[in-house]
Amino acid sequence: MTLDEAVKRFIKDGCQLAIGGFTVTRNPMAVIFEIIRQKIKDIHLVCHSNGQALDVLIGAGAVRRLEIAYGGNGRYAPTCIRFKKAVQQGRIEFEDYSNYQMSLRFLAGSLNIPFITTKSGLGSDILNCEGFSKETRKDRKVARKKYVTMENPFSDEEADPVVLLPALNPDVALLHAQYVGDDGTVRIKGLTFADLEQAKAADIVIVTCEEIVPQSFIRLDPDQNSLPSFFVDAIVKVPYGAHPTACYAFYDYDPKHLNFYKRAAGDDSLFEEYLREWVYGVRSHEEYLEKIGIRQLQQIKANPVLGYAAGLDRK
Amino acid sequence: MRGYTDNEMMALSAGRLIKDGDIVFAGTGVSMLAATAAKRIYAPKAVVFFETGGIDPALEEIPMAVADLRVMSGTSLNSGLIEAFSIVGHRKLHTIAFLGAAQIDRYGNLNTTSLGDYWKPRTRFSGSGGACDVASFASGVITFMQHEKRRFVEKLDYLTSVGWYRGGDSRQRLGLPRGGSLAVVTNLGVLKFEEHSKKMFLAEYYPGVPLESIIENTGFSVDTSKAREAVPPSEEELRILREEVDPQKLIL
Repeated sequence: MTLDEAVKRFIKDGCQLAIGGFTVTRNPMAVIFEIIRQKIKDIHLVCHSNGQALDVLIGAGAVRRLEIAYGGNGRYAPTCIRFKKAVQQGRIEFEDYSNYQMSLRFLAGSLNIPFITTKSGLGSDILNCEGFSKETRKDRKVARKKYVTMENPFSDEEADPVVLLPALNPDVALLHAQYVGDDGTVRIKGLTFADLEQAKAADIVIVTCEEIVPQSFIRLDPDQNSLPSFFVDAIVKVPYGAHPTACYAFYDYDPKHLNFYKRAAGDDSLFEEYLREWVYGVRSHEEYLEKIGIRQLQQIKANPVLGYAAGLDRK
Repeated sequence: MRGYTDNEMMALSAGRLIKDGDIVFAGTGVSMLAATAAKRIYAPKAVVFFETGGIDPALEEIPMAVADLRVMSGTSLNSGLIEAFSIVGHRKLHTIAFLGAAQIDRYGNLNTTSLGDYWKPRTRFSGSGGACDVASFASGVITFMQHEKRRFVEKLDYLTSVGWYRGGDSRQRLGLPRGGSLAVVTNLGVLKFEEHSKKMFLAEYYPGVPLESIIENTGFSVDTSKAREAVPPSEEELRILREEVDPQKLIL
């Protein structure tokens, strides 16, 4: 399947979307750019710590509603710039959780249980302040309550409260992996973040990958594999599909592009220009990579033993 | 003229609080320096790990974010968020978390979410990330702050991560039996918390920093009567920090 087909077929206006990766690493950028090119609107994004993908998607006006733990991109954006603007200008509905809470909500969704419990957040304004309005809480895919607290029903102790969090089952989960076998088995190298919980919780899973490899290779060392094929609805080979974020053992994050983005994102008209040039102005991820240029792609190429680009100028 | 920077003094002050056997949770920025310095200088048997799931990485190059590929390289194990949080609160482990914040109050509660009205904030920050979680579960939290009046406040605009909550035993009464804020490391000194009241007090001021400037830059009253001058960084500490921990000067 091509990227264009995968997005046309599976991603609808108003859908609830989970994005793989974490801040500067393994964001499924190629799919995100295609979603923007196809002008998908009113997305309900559910995430722990999405960085670049979150920011571009919000900046392009594709996101209506957000459940989030963290919007930042390392030294390139301590707070994601378009996210910050959208919240400050009241252009987006948002609800704060923590990383662990969001990961648990995906885990609950993957286990098909309606809620999950933790002690995280007791005493915090994450529990005291509710971002979504009563009206929003009536919508499809929005939990009727942000959370519930109750006393531990298994304990004799007084004052042993727990927090109950509603499960998440996104319409679509996107993830970028290093390898997919030609039998559809997915292999993520490096950290998996909450990608596997998100994928198993979602109705539809779109996987982009650096390389499609023979079944005989992926089954030689099954301990390394992340997801069996039956969870996956679309597989698209997109080398450098996470650029400008990093992909362990393949390439580092791209400091040059992320610094360029930082300057663009800080100014409304420069950001429009960024989208026109780097998203709407290219027809495919290949064309985007041609613009990035072979010199830069070589700079960020990872040492396959270390997993990152040693000595890369990251300022 | 002193021969070291604020970030160097902060990283070393925090690093000195880490002991062999501690399991150290590091975040971005100075905390990355402090964790790496702690392991190289003071506590080689401490283990550094990240909320993203990277456990005990080689840290040959300093990571600039917790999802940096460098937290996945030379690790004992690469996992994910849920596994990482199972470590933070594990009853068998002594876990110390490094955090940073935009605002802190006298009980070590932190704000990393927003300033002004939550729904229409004057300034929006990144949000909790894993901070609320580790503040709930870790054995202790060490917080890095720029020492400014607008950051050391009577009342937080938003309480993202719980420290000693309202002081005394109020944290335990919330249902959080372990943990709490151990120390606050700033560009002027190190603050700790009274044993019973859990109020912040000044434990150390850096060489050359007058007590008045600490009092002036703290937005609530702070006891300075127990404060002593901090030991300045040794040449060896500075050499390791500059040559081994962050030779690229990415954070330094």
